[in-house]
Amino acid sequence: MSAILRKIIAPGGIPAWGIRVIASRTYSSSAGGKEMTVRDALNSALDEEMSADPSVLLMGEEVGEYQGAYKVSKGLLDKYGPKRVIDTPITEAGFTGMAVGAAYHGLRPVVEFMTFNFSMQAIDHIINSAAKSNYMSSGQISVPIVFRGPNGAAAGVGAQHSQCYAAWYASCPGLKVLAPYNSEDARGLLKAAIRDPDPVVFLENELLYGESFPISAEALDSSFCLPIGKAKIEREGKDVTIVAFSKMVGYALKAAEILAKEGVSAEVINLRSIRPLDRATINTSVRKTNRLVTVEEGFPQHGVGAEICASIVEESFEYLDAPVERITGADVPMPYAANLERMAVPQVDDIVRAAKRTCYRSVPVAVNA
Amino acid sequence: MAATAFSASKFTQSFSLNSTRSVDRPPLFPASHPLKTTPSSFLGSTRKLSLSSPSSSTSRRRRRRPSRSPAVVAVSEVVKEKKSKSNVSLSNPLITNEEGLELYEDMVLGRSFEDMCAQMYYRGKMFGFVHLYNGQEAVSTGFIKLLKQEDCVVSTYRDHVHALSKGVPARAVMSELFGKTTGCCRGQGGSMHMFSKEHNLLGGFAFIGEGIPVATGAAFTSKYRREVLKEADCDHVTLAFFGDGTCNNGQFFECLNMAALWKLPIVFVVENNLWAIGMSHLRATSDPEIWKKGPAFGMPGVHVDGMDVLKVREVAKEAIGRARRGEGPTLVECETYRFRGHSLADPDELRDPAEKARYASRDPISALKKYMFENNLASEAELKAIDKKIDELVEDAVEFADESPLPARSQLLENVFADPRGFGIGPDGRYRCEDPKFTEGTAQV
Repeated sequence: MSAILRKIIAPGGIPAWGIRVIASRTYSSSAGGKEMTVRDALNSALDEEMSADPSVLLMGEEVGEYQGAYKVSKGLLDKYGPKRVIDTPITEAGFTGMAVGAAYHGLRPVVEFMTFNFSMQAIDHIINSAAKSNYMSSGQISVPIVFRGPNGAAAGVGAQHSQCYAAWYASCPGLKVLAPYNSEDARGLLKAAIRDPDPVVFLENELLYGESFPISAEALDSSFCLPIGKAKIEREGKDVTIVAFSKMVGYALKAAEILAKEGVSAEVINLRSIRPLDRATINTSVRKTNRLVTVEEGFPQHGVGAEICASIVEESFEYLDAPVERITGADVPMPYAANLERMAVPQVDDIVRAAKRTCYRSVPVAVNA
Repeated sequence: MAATAFSASKFTQSFSLNSTRSVDRPPLFPASHPLKTTPSSFLGSTRKLSLSSPSSSTSRRRRRRPSRSPAVVAVSEVVKEKKSKSNVSLSNPLITNEEGLELYEDMVLGRSFEDMCAQMYYRGKMFGFVHLYNGQEAVSTGFIKLLKQEDCVVSTYRDHVHALSKGVPARAVMSELFGKTTGCCRGQGGSMHMFSKEHNLLGGFAFIGEGIPVATGAAFTSKYRREVLKEADCDHVTLAFFGDGTCNNGQFFECLNMAALWKLPIVFVVENNLWAIGMSHLRATSDPEIWKKGPAFGMPGVHVDGMDVLKVREVAKEAIGRARRGEGPTLVECETYRFRGHSLADPDELRDPAEKARYASRDPISALKKYMFENNLASEAELKAIDKKIDELVEDAVEFADESPLPARSQLLENVFADPRGFGIGPDGRYRCEDPKFTEGTAQV
């Protein structure tokens, strides 16, 4: 077995560091851990980092008086004042560039994009001024900035508000791209991102904000931090590996439940970090199970799944017993109608079907999502 | 709007390229400008101008507003008055002997360096995109020589001379251009990306308009340090240099708004050389007078003759002083000209040779020389000594760059991240950067 530390947290239970516990999947907390929504987790992480370091500031549209467009920055304006929680005008290019300039000069800004779709107006600054600066200046100017906001599809918000940017940002050297799933991920990764000396793109998910997850006492500690670049095995299995990030991890876990009833034991990996991608964990898992299914919400071409597939083929080709299955969003701009939207985004049965295909438990059918 | 018709006629009169302008141009719209309120201390000498005082008193009666001080007057007029007075008295030149020599030396350094760059490019030692600054030295010298080391400068791709004026050694800049490891960015940036943390030169940006928000951020940091982090003596000013083409870009306006809104200590310096590659400023801009865009956002907009280093210096003193005192940003439009093409790859066929000749006759270095002789600030010998010194300095820089080594293979992967664990975990389960072969450049990535 590999030397990578595997952290398994039984939901509702106490995290077991280095001890392998067969995860019993129940969402209802049984062994008495606290629960926290992702929104509160993010809020608490921001709060703690801002109180620990006075050079951390938050800027974005509606982060102050409106308490955050999705209420993630609730209460921060009252606590830290308008000089550290800054409501900006609607000028993504301008304020993102300004935040990058401030980061050049020693501050640690956290820039909130109301959704990552709006980051396209500022992408020049994220990539050209932030990601490439440490390299262009040969280490003289590092950019300790965090770009965060909801990413991916919400519910019925249409094509221009629903794109997933994980693949775009993850292809750029100089950036770190994180995608938390549950509250613990949210807390740990955001704290790590703020403390990191490099530009970090932090992709949240709007639909996960309100979801409540059990959280350990250790994760509630103010020095809690998750390492960037390490994926987490949410559920151990031996027949097929399912890799996902953000909201799709929840779907993958549900699919694993269904598969378990049919005798297929699925291993679910929560990527946590899209760049750097934890190829080691994925490869080790595939070498164990010999089958791989990747799940993401974004567009199929040049997506995260494509990169994982290439990585597996390069490094673990002989271990594969079946072709890698990629489940992605449909290759269309997000439609508005509710039923069409459901078809354009991966659903739990798509994951189940794909997993079964890799196990040769069903007739191969053309992927329809 | 009536004003537009008025401005159109003014435009045809005074903006024609075929007349010598700027020094002789009357100030535009001093009487009719609606935004003028209380007379500001900006350009103290504006109070002496008969044209502006009646209008200022009328607008004060008309509109009470908290003091916003847009000076909408052609500074050239102001300085010309000052200068003509001083010529009469001959006892009050604008600069001292030392200052004059410093300015002269800086401009000659800029010019010689750029000329050497052209030579080196045609000999194949320099490559890629190289944009030269010949002709615009007065702007760089006039502004940057007034700054402290902690003040920041943000520039565009035409940044060699800004780097030199800010204090980056000529050797470091030349090596960077040759792509050697002794360059200011160890060869990783290049001509368009000069950075120096020590001299607070925050780049060197290839995209136009990209540096302006970054400069605004540096100014924001200065204010934040003073007000939140309580560094009471932090009064650092930031200068953002950019061109006429950039003034049509959205980021420019976004930053004018935020800088004025939050009263950031920044000066926006427009180097209006009338051409954006081959696009004439007049063909690209609805209202070519860029200084007017300042008052629209609530900051003073000033126009100055950018071929005259002393005039630029006067305006710069006032603007930088304003920013340091916390009174907010200023937009300064420097009318200048680049003697060479946009870049060394530009055949420069679209510009009228007569226009080029006209501006060549207003060469800032010759103008300063003449001024210093007329006011007995320096002798021929002193200036020749400086010329020689600079020649030797530039030669030495070339030699140094020539002899410097190329970057090692291992440098390819360096400095992508400040925290190199960003390269992720390798197949053996450890962070890639911990693999010793990583920095030797032989690891597989």
